[in-house]
Amino acid sequence: MATYELTAPLSDADARKLRSGDIVYLSGTIYTARDAAHKKLNDMLDAGEKLPIDLQGAVIYYVGPTPPPPGYVIGSAGPTTSYRMDSFAPRLHSLGAKGSIGKGIRNDAVKKSLKDYGAVYFGATGGAGALLSVCIKEAEVVAFPEMGPEALRRLKVERLPLLVINDSVGGELYVQPDLKAVGL
Amino acid sequence: MCIRANRNQPDDVKRRMADCAAGEDSATAKEVFKQLLENIDLAAETGLALCQDCGLAVFFVEVGQDARVEGDLNEAINEGVRQGYQEGYLRKSACDPFTRKNTGDNTPAVVHYDIVPGDKLRIAFMAKGGGAENMSRVTMLAPAEGWEGIKKFVLTRVAESRSNPCPPIIIGIGIGGTFEHSAKLAKKALLRKLDDVNPDPDLAAKEAELLGLVNALGIGPMGLGGKTTALGLKMLVSPCHIASLPLAVNIQCHSSRHEEVEL
Ligand code: SF4
Repeated sequence: MATYELTAPLSDADARKLRSGDIVYLSGTIYTARDAAHKKLNDMLDAGEKLPIDLQGAVIYYVGPTPPPPGYVIGSAGPTTSYRMDSFAPRLHSLGAKGSIGKGIRNDAVKKSLKDYGAVYFGATGGAGALLSVCIKEAEVVAFPEMGPEALRRLKVERLPLLVINDSVGGELYVQPDLKAVGL
Repeated sequence: MCIRANRNQPDDVKRRMADCAAGEDSATAKEVFKQLLENIDLAAETGLALCQDCGLAVFFVEVGQDARVEGDLNEAINEGVRQGYQEGYLRKSACDPFTRKNTGDNTPAVVHYDIVPGDKLRIAFMAKGGGAENMSRVTMLAPAEGWEGIKKFVLTRVAESRSNPCPPIIIGIGIGGTFEHSAKLAKKALLRKLDDVNPDPDLAAKEAELLGLVNALGIGPMGLGGKTTALGLKMLVSPCHIASLPLAVNIQCHSSRHEEVEL
């Protein structure tokens, strides 16, 4: 397990060298999107419209932050559960997105798309919203402001602490529950 | 009340987290606990919310039958939510189930009323996040399935949830009553202090047994492996129909934000 300091957007080489269990401190530019924004992006792609963000090397953070208190650029900002974005992630990876940040298990289709397109799934600590918020230095709504907390934002982050959960070679960090130990 | 709860982790939960952190062998589990404990301190210091999901606002209100409430109690509660979520910079997560349009002020709150003896008004608030709530289930077991069936259902539910509900979790279990009553009991069980011991020795033993089994699953903090899958497991039980065995499992994440006031 290695520790890396990386900058987003991620290069293909950076994404492909990561392995499950690696610790990554991510800096640079990332985007936020959760349920509603993903659906909207998907609808726009269906309609052949141009997306409001550049997906090349993009890292998408599944988060709906709290409003910023005075003096802060963003409020509490920890990850939301990723499986709800499973139906959208492979398409975004096929268009160049190199990573997503969330919490919780991904389905096989997402894991396959990580292999197919050389991308990674990062985990951030769920429920550590205040801790993660202080790594965010700038935040700007770039699309769908009507979605409130679900709007698509561009974030400038500094050393966001992440763990590689699923890598581009089929690695998985989440443990399998020990069903035998409990007689199931 | 909403603001305080969203910034301050209850002491019993924090203590239990510190104890469990000390008992973990794995470096990853220790690191997760470290981040979570730092987050708790940071939220209390800065006023940032503990978690960005400030939950749906759930209330359990015990109205003393001799208490006199002037005005519209329900509206007062909702107005409190409106103001608290606005002034506390908390995320508003209530939306229309079909259009998904946000109601804008985190109302309506989900309010459960009970009439009790006395002249007091006791209001318990919990900020119930979606991630853990989504992993909760109600089932109607056959009476013959009994305690073994209950254990199996709870363990399967926790095992299937894996890392989704932000473990370490707290598990509220409602057994008996009817379909909806079991769910209410399960949620109410989450208001119990983690260090309280069930006054019924049989139930206390059952809680300890099932908590031990849940932790034997080894899911661990954030699903990354470890001894602490759950910080606590609390049951509330009520008589049920001779034909049924209702069982509700309400999953709560480590961000167990709740507050109580008595007026
Ligand atoms: S499950 Fe709990 S800790 Fe995790 S994101 Fe939701 S509210 Fe926050």
